[in-house]
Amino acid sequence: MTNTKKLLLNDTFVVIIFAAAILAMPIWLDPIGGNYPDLLQKFAIYGIFAIGFNILFGLTGYLSFGHAAFLGVGSYAAVWSFKLLTMNVIPAVIFGVLFAGILAAVIGFLSLRRTGIYFSILTLAFAQMSYNLAYSVLTPITNGETGLQLARSDPRILDRLFSQEQAAGLPSTDLFGETMSGYPGFYFCAVLLIVCFYISMRIFRSPFGLMLKGIKSNQNRMRYTGLNTRPYMLTAFIISGMYAGLAGSLLAVTDPLAGAERMQWTASGEVVLMTILGGAGTLVGPMLGAGLIKYFENIFSAFDDNVLTQAFSFLPDSVLEFVVPVVGLFVGSGWHLTLGLLFMVIVIFLPGGLVEGFRRIYDYFKSGGGNAKTQSVEARNQAGE
Amino acid sequence: MSDIKKPGMSRRGLLKAGAVGGLVAATPSIFIKDAWAQEFRNDPKNTGELKLGFNVPQSGPYADEGADELRAYMLAVKHLNGEGDGGMLNTFKPSMLSGNGVLGKKVTYATGDTQTKSDAARASAKRMIEKDGVLMVTGGSSSGVAVAVQSLCQEQGIIFMAGLTHSNDTTGKDKRRYGFRHFFNAYMSGAALAPVLNKEYGSDRRAYHLTADYTWGWTQEESIKNSTEALGWQTVNAVKTPVGAGDFSQYITPVLNSGADVLILNHYGKDMINSLSQAVQFGLRDKQVNGKNFEIVVPLFSRLMAQGAGDAIKGILGTTNWNWSLQDEGSKAFVQSFGAEYGAPPSMAAHTCYVQTLLYANACEMAGTFYPPEVIKQLEGFNFDGMGNGPTLYRAEDHQCFKDVLVVRGNENPSSQFDLLKVVDVTPRAQVEYDWTIFGGSLGPYEVKM
Repeated sequence: MTNTKKLLLNDTFVVIIFAAAILAMPIWLDPIGGNYPDLLQKFAIYGIFAIGFNILFGLTGYLSFGHAAFLGVGSYAAVWSFKLLTMNVIPAVIFGVLFAGILAAVIGFLSLRRTGIYFSILTLAFAQMSYNLAYSVLTPITNGETGLQLARSDPRILDRLFSQEQAAGLPSTDLFGETMSGYPGFYFCAVLLIVCFYISMRIFRSPFGLMLKGIKSNQNRMRYTGLNTRPYMLTAFIISGMYAGLAGSLLAVTDPLAGAERMQWTASGEVVLMTILGGAGTLVGPMLGAGLIKYFENIFSAFDDNVLTQAFSFLPDSVLEFVVPVVGLFVGSGWHLTLGLLFMVIVIFLPGGLVEGFRRIYDYFKSGGGNAKTQSVEARNQAGE
Repeated sequence: MSDIKKPGMSRRGLLKAGAVGGLVAATPSIFIKDAWAQEFRNDPKNTGELKLGFNVPQSGPYADEGADELRAYMLAVKHLNGEGDGGMLNTFKPSMLSGNGVLGKKVTYATGDTQTKSDAARASAKRMIEKDGVLMVTGGSSSGVAVAVQSLCQEQGIIFMAGLTHSNDTTGKDKRRYGFRHFFNAYMSGAALAPVLNKEYGSDRRAYHLTADYTWGWTQEESIKNSTEALGWQTVNAVKTPVGAGDFSQYITPVLNSGADVLILNHYGKDMINSLSQAVQFGLRDKQVNGKNFEIVVPLFSRLMAQGAGDAIKGILGTTNWNWSLQDEGSKAFVQSFGAEYGAPPSMAAHTCYVQTLLYANACEMAGTFYPPEVIKQLEGFNFDGMGNGPTLYRAEDHQCFKDVLVVRGNENPSSQFDLLKVVDVTPRAQVEYDWTIFGGSLGPYEVKM
């Protein structure tokens, strides 16, 4: 009894710390060049995406390679809500989550008949199908390669009901008058991220979460006890899909455009990378992984020879001429290379992701640099196989 | 796991709580700072530097064009800052550029990769605007990207000088007050190409279109269809192909049995290289259909693509915005300084990007300020010459440039590895002009609220 109470208190505390860290991002990301609205929004949005993915992958061990489909559906639903109903973001988010949930129910119902690699391939196939549909077959709905965009002549039924006059330019997305680009957009996403984090934590701690963990460790044994695991799996899959749909709709909220490439398999792979990089099955790991990848994508990819020459300007010219081209291979358009190397290092040496790394460091210092081994073995999370 | 964490958490929690307190205290000042500093976004004020954003494809099917665009931008920056031989600065008139930066400020730049994807292009444009503080965004080699970035720039109050974009939509239904296009468009290609096609292939032809499935492909197919059907041609079929497909054989095989005698490839970049090479490999050009030689037409042609396609382009007709072999003063000056810098002549993508940068810089000089609405007013209706295409007008109503269009043919006997296109006809500007109202759309406001 007392134990659970303590645990609950502790959870609240974790959420508060998490919320504080997220809301303070503009401050602590400033020194490393990450403090601008677009990147902050991406951190929060892909954080939601990764947290949702982790509910499926981290808890049940089912590796879905098709989560980008839900992200894309969320975006399309949100943009259509902007086009047809209103520029208010609330209906957009609701529709994004709803449609992603429906698609997840369908795909999940079919894919969850298989486990392991077959499940992964099935989800990948469905996602690729969705991508190709969005890319070329359903162009009236998705506008294909060009991407679905707002137009001044869109109906926007609800907005027209309340105000007759029309702005000269394109309207922007808003939350009851507050424009959803720039910092307000980030805070909106951040609040949703915190809520999502809380929900995910409650799922991890709930009997339902335990059931999912049971499925991960030995599904057959669960079945022998007379339990039908399918409904649990499907629920986890749908919840996870709805998280992705929320992330997709937020992408459209902060920037009202939906492109088909959001559904491509590379986007599905990205969220897998994020989760593994941060630590599958842990609460904050996926969020860390998402942040790291987005940081690389936006900051590292922008380094060009100019920036490098400035950064290494303390070196003598002869060394500089040698260093800049070599380092240049790993930044700019070569940022994928750096990310790949980092990924390899983490998977080989820290199978539990960044979270395991932090924990090892923490244990090391706690035990005064001595025998930290005994504790950390027990505390270590298992990598998702 | 939480038991082990606990003691550490509370210490960290204290620190974090402090950080939140700091944030709460700082939040008003963050907003206020922005509110007062910005008469307009990214005002360079007294910094002595002016930053431009070069957003070009560095990966994906149009990466070759992107690389050449970036070379042109760096050359333009050099010339604006008074380094190098000055290039077109010497021939551009009327010009207020003196090689002393812009309004006394040194020109610097930030670069980004569009990946030829609307999403990625917008993200990198946003990064340049929000983080690097660029005053103008330019570049791109795809109309999908141009349309997406242009509408972003309108929202942000940043001028967008489009790079290579050929769709009618860019200055048609998706035109924006903050977006400008120097490049020609699909309508002009159709208008320029039709008389030549009539002369070469006659008025009784059956055409089969393969079209890149996005805004550019759609409008080019429409424009070419309209102008060829006006000649009396029939359109047998028009098939959309995904961008970056790589293998086009499944789309080319049906052409053989369709009864068509002309294949029109509405493809660009590596897509065009692949589809054209495959069409030639399949023996389309050696065929006789309806008693006539089978012909292939590539309405939008570039030297970079010709280089990629090798022998396949010999004898193929198309249009381009500009070619390095032109003999006017502006073109010669540009080719000379580009060649001296990079050892190869510039492509038409490089040309349009270079010209766009100079035009923007000159408009700032003319306006005497970087304040976007004033700069826009200088560009609208601006008449200029000496930039390689003869007398050119930036039409105020749709921000489209009007100039002569080149009809070219793949060179049968190239004298060098760059001498791949032969100019067949220079279609005068008057012949490609059109009423701006036919494409609809509206420019939107000058003032953008921050």
